[in-house]
Formats: sequence, structure tokens, C-alpha cells
Amino acid sequence: MAQELDTGRQATAAPAIELKGISKAFGPVQANKDISIRVMPGTIHGIIGENGAGKSTLMSILYGFYKADAGEVFINGRKTEIPDSQAAIAAGIGMVFQHFKLVQNFTVLENVILGAEDGRLLRPSLAKARGVLKQLAEEYELNVDPDALIQDLSVGHQQRVEILKALYRQADILILDEPTGVLTPAEADHLFRILDNLRREGKTIILITHKLREIMDITDTVSVMRRGEMTATVKTEGTSPEELAELMVGRKVLLRVEKKAGNPGEKVLEVEGLTVTDEAGVVRLKGIDLHVRAGEILGIAGVSGNGQSQLLQVLGGICAATGMVRVNGASIDLSGKYSDGQSRRARGIGHVPEDRQQEGLIMDFAAWENIAFGYHNDPRFGAGIFMSHAEMMADTEGKMSRFDVRPPNPRLAAKNFSGGNQQKIVVAREIERNPDLLLIGQPTRGVDIGAIEFIHEQIVRLRDEGKAILLVSVELDEIMSLSDRVAVMFDGQIMGERLPHETDERELGLLMAGIQGEPDKPVIEAVDEMMARKQAEEEAAHNG
Amino acid sequence: MDRMPAWADAILVPLISLILAAALSALVIIGIGEDPIAAVKLMVAGSLGSTYGWGYTLYYATNFIFTGLAVAVAFHARMFNIGGEGQATLGGLGVALACLYIPWPHWSLAILAACGMAALFGAAWAFLPAYLQAKRGSHIVITTIMFNFIAAALLNYVLVNVLRPEGSMDPATARFPDAAKLPTLHELLAPLGIEFSRAAPANVSLVIAILACIFVYLLIWRTKLGYQIRALGHSEPAARYAGISPVKITIIAMLISGGLAGLMAINNVMGEAERLVLNAVEGAGFIGIAVALMGRNHPLGVFFAAILFGFLYQGGAELALWTSIPRELIVVIQALVILFTGALDNMVRMPLERLFLTFRRKGS
Repeated sequence: MAQELDTGRQATAAPAIELKGISKAFGPVQANKDISIRVMPGTIHGIIGENGAGKSTLMSILYGFYKADAGEVFINGRKTEIPDSQAAIAAGIGMVFQHFKLVQNFTVLENVILGAEDGRLLRPSLAKARGVLKQLAEEYELNVDPDALIQDLSVGHQQRVEILKALYRQADILILDEPTGVLTPAEADHLFRILDNLRREGKTIILITHKLREIMDITDTVSVMRRGEMTATVKTEGTSPEELAELMVGRKVLLRVEKKAGNPGEKVLEVEGLTVTDEAGVVRLKGIDLHVRAGEILGIAGVSGNGQSQLLQVLGGICAATGMVRVNGASIDLSGKYSDGQSRRARGIGHVPEDRQQEGLIMDFAAWENIAFGYHNDPRFGAGIFMSHAEMMADTEGKMSRFDVRPPNPRLAAKNFSGGNQQKIVVAREIERNPDLLLIGQPTRGVDIGAIEFIHEQIVRLRDEGKAILLVSVELDEIMSLSDRVAVMFDGQIMGERLPHETDERELGLLMAGIQGEPDKPVIEAVDEMMARKQAEEEAAHNG
Repeated sequence: MDRMPAWADAILVPLISLILAAALSALVIIGIGEDPIAAVKLMVAGSLGSTYGWGYTLYYATNFIFTGLAVAVAFHARMFNIGGEGQATLGGLGVALACLYIPWPHWSLAILAACGMAALFGAAWAFLPAYLQAKRGSHIVITTIMFNFIAAALLNYVLVNVLRPEGSMDPATARFPDAAKLPTLHELLAPLGIEFSRAAPANVSLVIAILACIFVYLLIWRTKLGYQIRALGHSEPAARYAGISPVKITIIAMLISGGLAGLMAINNVMGEAERLVLNAVEGAGFIGIAVALMGRNHPLGVFFAAILFGFLYQGGAELALWTSIPRELIVVIQALVILFTGALDNMVRMPLERLFLTFRRKGS
């Protein structure tokens, strides 16, 4: 087994993967148009592109989920048909999905052999897998406790299990789809070290991402996709983030947000001792204290799932809490009984929710119906019990033109807009209400680069008009470039506040992992330790 | 655009489904040795060939419009109200109380009161399942179906022990006073010079049913309440985000739904039987589900689907009367229609959608 892994390197000069003229259409939408790439063995190839550019479709064809309408696939120089994922695995392709496909209450070992058992009895397979895992751990820094249950592992470790699964199936080609979306910076660094080790051992890696920095850091070559076409394939050494961004969007893009120094005024939002316990009895917010001033953007950094969502929900009137929240000096009711999204809006709180598809929009409603969402009782949209469709339509047309929503068709259902345009509809609705306080969660998640730039400009403009903005994002770059002040959340607590120009990603990364003032400790161990402690606490809460 | 035009979606798909159901039904009729063509002729002649036939078809359709609308309104809030049967039963009780105990001077006043009582009783019967769903998460399908049985038992008790006239052996109320008698289509259309069968039960309730369709259209697509109902139906997290109370809207939508189902009683109890009998609803609550399904929860669709099912009911009765095709087979045919138009919807839709796309691509 070990020998097989070692000889995974191909001596021939044939490309590990070669795609020739791949095309795929879904109805009238051409998702992939005549795409050809060559990826040499032992390299990391990045595929970058905006949402809906066709990256995932292309990889799904390679992994046998879709059948291409035209085109050929060559693996190690041999023409290969990949009708399903079994064939892909047989051809030596392994895929690590953005959303892991692991059985939560199985151990690592059981997950690794699942679907790859030899014979009817489990014991021999488990014993064999244990040996292989030990070997892989030494070779690639892929250490995971083989007997741990998946549900007890941190996200970073779960991802390692996915990689181990692929390697156990003797994959020589690994496809990773947006692998760092759920990781802390430290975990992402570790992942890149693993990828580097794999490359050194001759594995071929395809990395799908929308983060330019990752492409620049680790890839050897990079392909850019735009609207189903491959617009360029370049050597990473010979390119720059600016050039890649331009290739992705088709025009020049500002990567940094241009903003003047802030001019903070009175405290608009004051939060003291905010505590939230969810239905399962887990304490999600453990006494949060913070404030946001007029004309200031407070960025909340943190790995997702550390209480940021609950913070937004409490302030937006979606869930109840204890503690004290004051808006413009007047305290607001947190019991949930006499407060909801309607009363929050009446207090001048606008809310761009983290999940626009589940919360911010009704996907089946047309754009003009969504424009009144949350403000449907506003007399402006109709007095009495009836709604004025004409007024809503006129309002939508105005917002669509001011926020450059494309296509500017108010009758189109929300689900038929791209992610960026959906977000523009939500942002337009909330910002044009002229709120004193804007809550904005993951403003650019799943949003293309062109729209990111626009949305960032709008947020900064609102700040310059003297509004208070609470920004929650898992994208550290976004937090760093937009915020006037950064607070880091970990495990339902604020770990610390920093000024963006006085800190760096490393310090914030440590705070995001729950580490204060122990800079000498190796990061990854500290993270693991912290995760274990968090796990134990949650278990205690469940049991209690 | 990656979909077919709206007219194809709304008309072509159900039409093809219907033809498929009819073809299969024809095979079944051939299988028992009868002539399907003759059967169809008899059905059409019996239900649409005379004003007498129309009178029955429209009478049944009126029932189905009310129960269909009831299911449709609940469905817009993503609730499956299959308690139309029980709600209509209770509506009948409300109508009976209004008609028996108050001496109305004229039918027009009686019907207003009867409508109010029917809707009130129907809504009240829907309240508890709605409350349990909204507050406790008890599934509305389970609770409403259980409430159907409770309603039947309750009606049995009330008829036998409370409302039965002294000396009567029949578990039914006394006949309603003449002042509470609703005009039939014969009486309504005679002044206009239209001759309509005197014996058919279709009555002024049909007009109320059409008004109910308009009411539901305005409610769902024009009012703020309808907006909130639809928003909740599409996404509960989104409703919470927008400050729409899921508890409140769930209960209100179910009350409206129950009220519509209850309204059916003005047709079958007040308009036709003119007294309250056991099992007055006769399954119309369940047919309402099929009607709403086929009518795509739109009042106009519900209206036409109700007329179709009225036709099937009346035509089926004629078949059972004049041929050796048993009554059970009529139920089989109705079931096939429900199966094809409701459950197997995608079987027709998907190939049709592909067909449209191929044509469009060739065209462009």
C-alpha cells in the first residue's frame, strides 16, 4: 500500500489531466463553453472565477456528476470516460467538497473506509486503514485521531478526513472546492502546508477558489473562468492579483476599498451583557459588550458559528436574549414578546441578513415584491389593508437603476438573479430606508467581484453619511479593509478589539481561535486545544 | 427564460394530464366489457346536456369551490389543511342553528346570518389544529384529519341528542322554515327569461362561491395579509427576519381556510337538504384537496377544477344509474384524474418543458 502511494508520481510527461473542448449547457444557459486545460502532474492548478462562471460545473463533469455535451477527458494521457463518481475514483480522482460528506457519528476510521471496504467483515479493513492513515499522517502532516468521532472534530480536522478519504482511495488527483471558506487563517495555513507536501509527493491538485490571495500563495498555474469560458491560463509567477481580477470581471477592479478616515460621533448602538441560550440549551452569546458610533463601521471577525449570527439575530429582532441593548440611548426590548423585526425597523435598524436566500429574500417572489419585504406595512406601499403594486413597482425600478441591478426587470423572480444582484436588491432595500444603524452580515458571500466593489462602496457611503454600521463577515480581508474598528468573536465572546491599522491577520487569527496573549505557542496546537475545550463545554451544556 | 410559457403551464399541462387519465379510464371500462365512447357520451349528456344536468354539476362544483379555496388558502401559508371535511361539517351545524332558531323575514337576511355562522363554526373548528401547529408544532395534517373524526362524532351526538325533533327516528334536524329557503338557479334565472330546471339543486350559493373566489384572489395577491401569508409559506426564516409572526399568520390563515370550508354548508345544508343530516359533507372536503391541487391554488384554477369535478360527480352518478358500470368504477376514474393532475404532474411537465426548449433553441 505504502509503495503504491509512493509510486503515485508519473514519470511520463503526459499531463495528469487534460480537458479538450468541454461544453455543457443547462437549457439555454451555456455553463461551460469549449473549455480546454492541461494540468501537469505534481503541480497545483488554481481555477478562479466569479460565481456562476462555470467552475463547479467543470469539476462536476470531471468527477462524473454531469455528462458533458461535448469534449474529451484525458487522465495521464489516456482518454477516459467518467460517467459517474465511481469511475472518477477508479481513474484516481478525489474530490473534497465545500460541504463535507462525512457521517457525523462514525469515527474517522469508519468514514475513511466507508464505501471502500474489502470484503464483508469490517475488522480487516479497519486494521488496514489504521496503518495507511498512520503512514499518510507522517508523510503529509495529515494528523487526525483515527478513533475520534467526526462530530467531535473541528472543521479543519474534518477537512483533513476528506483528504484522507481521497488518498485512501489512491487518488493522484485532488480537487478542492473552496476549501478555506470555513477555516481560520491558521487552519488554512496548515491546509496549504498539506497541499504543498502532496505536491512534493507528485500529487496533482486542482484548487477552486475565489480568493486571489490563495491563488497567488500556492498555485503553480491558474486558469480564469468567466461566463462559462476559460479566458486565460497563466503561470502564477507571471501574474498579479490585479491582472487576475481584471481577467475574472472583464474590467479593471479596485481590490482595496477606498475610504477616508472616519469621523465617529455619538454612540448609536450600545450592547451590555448580551446573553443568548439556544433551544438546545447551548449558550451562544456569553455576555457581549460592544458599541457602535455614528459614522463608524464596527467589523465583527470570527470563524462562522461563534455567535456572530446570534448577535445579528438578536439585534434584528429575530431571537430573544437577556442583557441590555440601547439604540440612540433608548433601551430596546429583548424578551422577544413585544419586539420583532417590525419594531426594530421602526427604531431605525436596517438589517442585511447573513443568508439572503433563506432570510433576506423570498426567492419565489418577484423583485418588486421583495422590495417591500419587511416594510410591507409601510403606508407608502398602500394605505389600509391593500398593497399598492404600482408604488412597489415604481420603487423597485428606482432602486434597480440606482444600484445597477441586472437585469433591471422588476418582474423577474429573485431566484433568477445572480447572487450579486440578489444582494444588491437586499442592500438597496435596507440602505435606502436610511437607517440609523445598519446590521450587515456576510455582505459579499457568494457575490461576484464586480458587485463586491459596489456593495463595499455603498457601505462606506452610508458610514460617511454618519450612520452606524455593524459588519459581520468571515472574510478577514473584508473586515480589515472596511472596518474602522475590529472586534473578534470566539465561542460567544468578544476576544478583543483592535484598530485595523494596528493589527495584522496573524493577531486576529489567534484571537479568532480564542487565544489571547500566548503568542509563543504553536498556533495549530493552540487551536486544537481550544476546539477540544469548546467541545467539552458544549457537551456539558447538552448533558446538563 | 428557462421555462415554458405561462399558458402552457396553466392549461396545457392539466389538459394533457386529463387526457391521459381519460385514456386510462377508457381502458378500464373496456376491461369490464363496456363501451367507453358510449360511457363518455352518457356522462356528458347527463351532466352537461340539460339544465337539469348542469344544475347538479354546478351544485357539486359549488361545494368543491368552497373546499378547494379552503385548501388553497392554507397551502399559500404552506399548510396542508385536510380538515375541510370536519370544518364543513361544523359549518353545517352553524347554518342549522342560524336557520332553526331565528325567524328570518327573508332569505337574503337568512343567508347573511348563515354565511356568518358557517364561516364562524368552520373557522372555530380549524382554530385548535392551527394553534397546536403554531405553538406546539403538532403537524397540521395529523390534527386536522383527527378533527374530521371528532367533527363527525360531534355531529352525530348533536343530531341524535340535541337537535332531533321530538318523536323523529331520523338523526337529522327539523326542516328549516320556508323563509330560510334559498332561491334555486331556476328561480334566479326565470326573471331573465332563462329556462332552468326546477328540480336541480344548484342555488344562489354558487354566486357566493364566485364571490369567495374573488375574495381569495384579493386576499392572497392584493392585501398585506396575503403578502405575509405567502411570505411565510415560502420561507419561515425569512418571515421571522421581516418581522412577520409565524404563529399569528399561521393561525389567521387557518381560520380563513376553515371559514371557507365551513361556508360550503350554505350550499349543501341550506340550499339543498334544507335541514342538517348526518354525513352531509359527503367527502367534498377531500375532493377540495384535489381541486386545489389541480387548480394550482389559484381561485380561477380552483373554479374550473371544481366544475370539472362537478362534472365527474354528476356524470358518474348518471353512469351508475344507466349502465352496468358500478359506482366504484366512477371513484376509480375520479382517482385517476386526481393521480394524473396532482401526483403525476411532473410526468407531463418535464417532457413538455424539454419540448418547448428544443423548439425555442431551433427557433433562435
